[in-house]
Amino acid sequence: MTTDTIAGAQVELNDEGFLVDPSQWNEDVAVELARREGIDPLTDRHWEVIRFMRAEYEAKGTGPTVRVLGKTSGVPVKELYQLFPKGPAKLAAKIAGIPKPRGCI
Amino acid sequence: MHRIVILGGGTGGTLAANRLRRTLSSSEAAITVVDQDDRHVYQPGLLFVPFGLAHLDEIVRPRGRQLHRDIDYLQVPIDHVDMEDRTVTLGDGQVLGYDVLVVATGAVLAPEETEGLTGPGWNQKAFTFYDPDGAVALAQALEWFEGGSLVVNVVELPIKCPVAPLEFCFLADWFLQQQGIRDKVDLTYVTPLDGAFTKPVASRRLGGMLQEKGIELVTEFNTGEVVYSDSPDAGGRLISYDDREVAFDLAVVIPVHNGAAYVGRSPGLGDELGFVPVDEHTLQSAASPHVFALGDAAAVPVSKAGSVTHFEGEVLAENVRRFLDDRPLDASYDGHANCFIETGFSKAMLIDFNYDVEPLPGRFPGPVGLPLMKESHLNHLGKLLFQWFYWHSLLPGRDIPGVHSAMPTAGKDRQQLVESEATA
Repeated sequence: MTTDTIAGAQVELNDEGFLVDPSQWNEDVAVELARREGIDPLTDRHWEVIRFMRAEYEAKGTGPTVRVLGKTSGVPVKELYQLFPKGPAKLAAKIAGIPKPRGCI
Repeated sequence: MHRIVILGGGTGGTLAANRLRRTLSSSEAAITVVDQDDRHVYQPGLLFVPFGLAHLDEIVRPRGRQLHRDIDYLQVPIDHVDMEDRTVTLGDGQVLGYDVLVVATGAVLAPEETEGLTGPGWNQKAFTFYDPDGAVALAQALEWFEGGSLVVNVVELPIKCPVAPLEFCFLADWFLQQQGIRDKVDLTYVTPLDGAFTKPVASRRLGGMLQEKGIELVTEFNTGEVVYSDSPDAGGRLISYDDREVAFDLAVVIPVHNGAAYVGRSPGLGDELGFVPVDEHTLQSAASPHVFALGDAAAVPVSKAGSVTHFEGEVLAENVRRFLDDRPLDASYDGHANCFIETGFSKAMLIDFNYDVEPLPGRFPGPVGLPLMKESHLNHLGKLLFQWFYWHSLLPGRDIPGVHSAMPTAGKDRQQLVESEATA
């Protein structure tokens, strides 16, 4: 676990770079986390997914997997990979400041 | 008299029904099990079918015969569950009322959800060993296979028994050597994960074993499409969502899994994929206290595996009794899973873990038990012997000596145990 200054705020990150406390997240933090992952700028479509991820996390305590995202977010899987390359569920969760989805078990 | 309805007559449904019947008399509760067919498959046996090491008649038995005689067995499809009325409507129009409903209908394969997969090459060039017919078809294909690229692909998690695709790779390496064609085959394991397995210590160990056996590992590959070649002599290509490609002559694909279709027709019962969310410790549904789920059908953060279902079964039976008696539920499932990993050449490795503790070296269930995280002939014998315990001990709801619901810690590497618990 490390403490880091992101967008002027002190936040705790775990070994994989996920926020330890989702309540430390705000939109400026998201922009900076995305930039570190090579996503700059965040488009409206990115924000749609990020907001969906946070709502899902608040409702269910875990972020959705890629397949569930594709079925429920209104953004098709193919596009999710364009927006968040390699692992959309993982990367979108990281930028949304929520824990890594637990789907991988 | 209480009415207990159990949907599914597989591992979870059968052992839950038999465990409940052992402690609730026929005057206390009527127990009904519903399933759509009469084929109870010993699913761990499917892994061996493609290599001619097991045959379907050895691993399939009638469902009804695995149930205690004071349990009603109905062979009929399920239409839907109504949690408000506490009823199950069956495919023939019959309506069953319940005081407790146990959902144990497992997972179903959905190869049609991957574009192109069920096209003209399905069961010709690409196969799955996750269902009995596919396992038999693959056995024939492997018998005729003369060389080229053999690709094993997990499309997406969750899947049943996440170690089985790795075991398939290890056994294929052994089988191809027996056939004398290992040097003519490129064997590749293609996974959506960032390593060979989900848990870090085991992932490193299993990744190392793939390397030792000359099996290539392709990670973070999410198959979006399968394209079959028009030529009968060529296989096809897996294409990922981010446009990477893996060519194959013969593909072994583990398709995406969903819950049973009726779950989707039952308002509020399941999640987006048709699995039933339940409390990860009590196995009771948040949507209705009268509903419980176990095994592959349940959405809990643990592998979909027979051992998990077995350990959940003990907790579920106790909690159903408590619920019917109006007592608080306190029996608590800890996420315990235990898997033999067949590694070829009559050896196997054993892993044992739960929600908080990842698989660690040591011995199971105690300091003089089977070696953990290490290949041994003893573990292979354990894996083979287990089928006997499955039919004669696990399904009837008897305890297996030394093996309990709660994960044992006595035989585990202490230093690593402390570290694992600290990071959980």
